[in-house]
Amino acid sequence: MAQTAAVAKSPPTVPPPRRRTSSTPRRLPYLLIAPAGLLMVGFIAYPVLSVFYYSLQDYNVTKPWKNGFAGFENFTRIFTEDPLFWSTLGFSAKWVIVQVSLQLALGLVLALLVNQTFVGRAVARALVFSPWAVSGVLTTTIWMLLYNPSTGMSRYLADLGIGSYGTSVLSDTGTVFWAAVLAELWRGVPFFAILILADLQSIPKDLYEAASVDGAGRMRQFVHITLPHLKDAIILSTLLRGVWEFNNVDLLYTLTGGGPAGTTTTLPLMIANTGIEGHDFGYASALTTVAFVILLFCSIVYLRLSKFGGDRT
Amino acid sequence: MTAALAENQTRTDAPPTGSPLPPKTPRTPKRERAFDDVPRWQIYLPLGLYLLFTLIPFYWMLLFAVRPAGSTSLVPWPMTFEHFEKVWTERNFGMFFENSMIVGVCTLVATTGVALAGGYALARFNFRIKNAFMLALLCSQFIPGALMLVPLFEIFRNLQMINSLGSVIIAETVFQLPLSIILISGFIKNVPVSLEEAAWVDGCSRFRAFCAVVLPLLRPGLIAVGSFAFVHSWNHFLFALMFLSEQDKQTIPVGLNTLMGSDSVDLGALAAGGVIAAVPVVIVFAFIQKWLITGFSAGAVKG
Repeated sequence: MAQTAAVAKSPPTVPPPRRRTSSTPRRLPYLLIAPAGLLMVGFIAYPVLSVFYYSLQDYNVTKPWKNGFAGFENFTRIFTEDPLFWSTLGFSAKWVIVQVSLQLALGLVLALLVNQTFVGRAVARALVFSPWAVSGVLTTTIWMLLYNPSTGMSRYLADLGIGSYGTSVLSDTGTVFWAAVLAELWRGVPFFAILILADLQSIPKDLYEAASVDGAGRMRQFVHITLPHLKDAIILSTLLRGVWEFNNVDLLYTLTGGGPAGTTTTLPLMIANTGIEGHDFGYASALTTVAFVILLFCSIVYLRLSKFGGDRT
Repeated sequence: MTAALAENQTRTDAPPTGSPLPPKTPRTPKRERAFDDVPRWQIYLPLGLYLLFTLIPFYWMLLFAVRPAGSTSLVPWPMTFEHFEKVWTERNFGMFFENSMIVGVCTLVATTGVALAGGYALARFNFRIKNAFMLALLCSQFIPGALMLVPLFEIFRNLQMINSLGSVIIAETVFQLPLSIILISGFIKNVPVSLEEAAWVDGCSRFRAFCAVVLPLLRPGLIAVGSFAFVHSWNHFLFALMFLSEQDKQTIPVGLNTLMGSDSVDLGALAAGGVIAAVPVVIVFAFIQKWLITGFSAGAVKG
């Protein structure tokens, strides 16, 4: 946007001087993207292709005598013989939907709040955004201390008469999901709050002035000005976050380890376990391929359904 | 109101040439309030509640880190640093800290350097594979790092880089690059080409013009991108867990995971380790916080 403004400002009749470009070699842009390109070919494209290749192979370091071409055997095993696949897929979907919608709702409210002018706003912003910088493992560390049955929150709550002593939310299949959700929310909400606040600040103030002159209340201003303006940012950030929540295993790996009894295993966590602990690289690669296709398909459907980049009102 | 008018009056008088442009009417407080009349309690109450949710976990960690073992006090007094000493020396966090620092700083330098070159090419040139390159950058965002563990492990084993910090630095850099290039090319596009062209006319080479004219203007953007790279590589867990199996090569997140994995978790040591893990990112965060919002609005979402 800023660039078009800059172009518009310069007189249109004068062509940009090309003195130097003639002496700059034509291959300069290629030289400039070469380091990034080579790194990405070597460490992203090649591994992706090798995942596709291994998915058609039997490849298990602990059973080298069986290694070899397997055709679509791994894939038929996933869809027909592996009940774990379907349950982890279901959990992944539940995890992503719950996380993204709660993070978006809280992040939106938070961004609207810290976008107001009030005393102490700078400090409030810094504090509210701070968990953004905290890692999954550190989040686990912190929430382990809170969830700890003997010296954690539950002990002090029990002192106040809430709940009972020795409650272990992480080993109870009924509470572990929401315990994990809460920990991930704590760290995830600032991401949305930051992105939405950035977009809120680009809404021209005149729109609100005009609307309030016309007698529109705060709720109507929100629905008719703020939300339409935020639409693209919301679609893009929910998509990025959805993909990220699907893929990221740090928190669940360390907080619940996928347990108890596999109830919090997402598909990538299952893949990590199959590959790292089970050494069954062929099957893990097939699972990876399936996860990748599912992700791509869901992303395209989401962008289509949400009419990303469509007309703004 | 009158003060504003008076000030406005003197402003119009100020230019001696008497330009015909009418002065901008200053926004009066009354009109401002017309769309900004949220009662204070409607801000402070929800914000206060959310702040409790954000800060109690941090407080909890600090509390466990400084109170003596066995204490159940809810205030961090009397204070002790025994957990820190223990975790730093006995549990090797001193070494983990050093390793994490090396990984973080090298990733920062590598990512920023490579992304500057790539971002400049995208912002200033039209070339044949430009669109394909952009598409590749965007698509790579969908590739899960966790699912690349196995093939990456094989690559690094072939390169004989397992158990070297270099493997983690390369992996982190590669996964940071796409977003960094997109962000930096956005920042460079915001610097008018005419500034560079003026320097070329003065006889600067493209490289010198870039260093002298563009680079200083990119400072906020570079700080944002560099800090992302540092924070992400400082925080990342799986690559370090997979590629570094020797204890004296491990990083802080792996160290924390080891502390949590032991049979009887020493909560004091764990909390102290958590504080050590948090300090650098908190410092970086406090430093970049004000650039975070502008950085995102300039580059990320607007493309």
